[in-house]
Amino acid sequence: MSKTLFDKVWDSHVVQHIENGPDVLFIDRHLVHEVTSPVAFLGLKNRGIKVLYPERTFATADHNTPTRNQHLPVKDKLSANQLKALENNSKEHGIPYWGLGHEKNGIVHVIGPENGITVPGATIVCGDSHTSTHGAFGAIAFGIGTSEVEMVLSTQCIMQPKPKSMRININGNLNRAVTPKDVALFIISRLTTSGATGYFVEYAGDVFKNMSMEGRMTVCNLSIEMGARGGMIAPDETTFEYIKGREYTPQGKDWDKAKKYWQTLYSEDDAEFDKELSFDAAEIEPMITYGTNPGMGIGIQKGIPFAENVEGGTATYKKSLAYMDFNEGDAMIGKPIDFVFLGSCTNGRIEDFRAFASIVKGRKKADNVTAWLVPGSHKVEEAIKKEGILDILNEAGFELREPGCSACLAMNDDKIPAGKYAVSTSNRNFEGRQGPGARTLLASPLVAAAAAVTGRVTDPRELMEALQEA
Amino acid sequence: MAYDKFNILKSTAVPLPIENVDTDQIIPARFLKATERKGFGDNLFRDWRYHPDNTPKEQFVLNNPIYSGKILVGGKNFGSGSSREHAAWAIYDYGFRCVVSSFFADIFRNNCLNIGVLPVQVSPEFLDKIFKAIESNPKTELEVSLPEQTITILETGESQSFGINDYKKQNMLNGFDDIDYLLNIKKDIEKFAEDTPL
Repeated sequence: MSKTLFDKVWDSHVVQHIENGPDVLFIDRHLVHEVTSPVAFLGLKNRGIKVLYPERTFATADHNTPTRNQHLPVKDKLSANQLKALENNSKEHGIPYWGLGHEKNGIVHVIGPENGITVPGATIVCGDSHTSTHGAFGAIAFGIGTSEVEMVLSTQCIMQPKPKSMRININGNLNRAVTPKDVALFIISRLTTSGATGYFVEYAGDVFKNMSMEGRMTVCNLSIEMGARGGMIAPDETTFEYIKGREYTPQGKDWDKAKKYWQTLYSEDDAEFDKELSFDAAEIEPMITYGTNPGMGIGIQKGIPFAENVEGGTATYKKSLAYMDFNEGDAMIGKPIDFVFLGSCTNGRIEDFRAFASIVKGRKKADNVTAWLVPGSHKVEEAIKKEGILDILNEAGFELREPGCSACLAMNDDKIPAGKYAVSTSNRNFEGRQGPGARTLLASPLVAAAAAVTGRVTDPRELMEALQEA
Repeated sequence: MAYDKFNILKSTAVPLPIENVDTDQIIPARFLKATERKGFGDNLFRDWRYHPDNTPKEQFVLNNPIYSGKILVGGKNFGSGSSREHAAWAIYDYGFRCVVSSFFADIFRNNCLNIGVLPVQVSPEFLDKIFKAIESNPKTELEVSLPEQTITILETGESQSFGINDYKKQNMLNGFDDIDYLLNIKKDIEKFAEDTPL
């Protein structure tokens, strides 16, 4: 049978197939952060073994770090302890560690691609569900639990059955103000948060072909939010151009050889998928979520659906709206908001800051809004400064923080207070995700920027029109 | 880490008939700062279980003394979201050894299997029967047999089979873990690595 992109990469990494059991899958590159690794390192210690391939392992601090005053000692004792543990474990096992203040520090899924650790055709894992991000390069990348982190540290392999395959095709041209985030939220709203569970997704069609690498990363990042183990896009010239010359990518003759191989990574014309879905790009509007899972998203001009029109249990749906203090039928436009968060492994890249700046330029932050703008890495931060975006942000009354996961999961001090509404470019709107009692509206950087300057949910197209007229 | 063996579990069950229970509910991120695997059970379902002032929310099922047992029964799409194994640890540490649902999120299911908590997937209809049986009698016992791959509502005798791959089944029956297996084939892995450049 002809192979899919996923088959090609998976099959070339199988060390052993166990009948009626999992495959032993070899992992090319392993990304490690402070939160899901300490117990795994402890496991190695208890077994008296060392990391098998430290040169295939990369460590950074991101989940549990402050986004202000990173040059000072971390105040929270437990957080400081966890960071110290990763630093010590990295040293003991000879793993490169990019801790706070290091020029390569940042969110694990931002710095992997930035430094060329992420390459097409590779298998990449990390103890974080948004590892699916790296699939944007035609890699098989997915999140794992701590037991599996221990497996990879000790043997460079994991044991998993091969998932089923799904292809999502979107052809046509995207509407104005529709970003990769909107494309992903649209797909999840159609599939629900469990619609792709058990599958590995390939994204195909004009929309993804025409998308930048940053955009592809945003889409693949959110694959997990529809339950998929991961998502991937066939590598092309856009991919090669992005990674060429980055530190950990092959150089010189090795580059030519690698590129030749990468160009063979696509689904054959007659390859079959277990499931195939197609959408029309024209259907997609700027999106926003109104509930407590990422599948609860709608076009920003629409009203909150009535319970009888929603799949799944009515009780769960009503519990969700009660948490948000929203009613069925409410319009989203005009809803007052309190916080805006721009950042995370979903939308913390340079393109996201450019988009945000394009709306706030020449305007002022609304007085009722507290805004946290957190770059995904120091390299993103540098680019923001170099491109003059920082000046635009400052003039509009915004400050830039230091890199990290920040309010996406609110492990550090960046917590949205109980009952407050945050328009957030991150990936999850679960109850309490951004702080106990916090209410999250997931959206694109354009929608976040429009909310930041108006203080309420606003269609960014209105502000874009005003700009054009002026 | 090798874990407890799992064979036949007979127990009352705790019902949580909510869909899409995500791992942020099972264990909120602010409790993931530990560097050792202990004490997570205290924060299981923290924000559903306690008010901000740490007094218990009486209406939540874990605070209702009528319900107890080693089996947690949840609604569809249980364990979605973050890959944090801490969610499975919290469930284990609290005292559960088995989670029943009509659908599990992928990573959560793997995490459970890797620490010796058995995820049992049943049909939506059978899940409904379990919820109804517990609702009418909170002391209803369930029997989960891993060797037979069946789950039975003992009061009514209604039973359903569930799936698990043979490899994982043997691991759970014997308390083996994947690392033991992988270390045994280390030579093959090293050979594979030689042929697989960075």
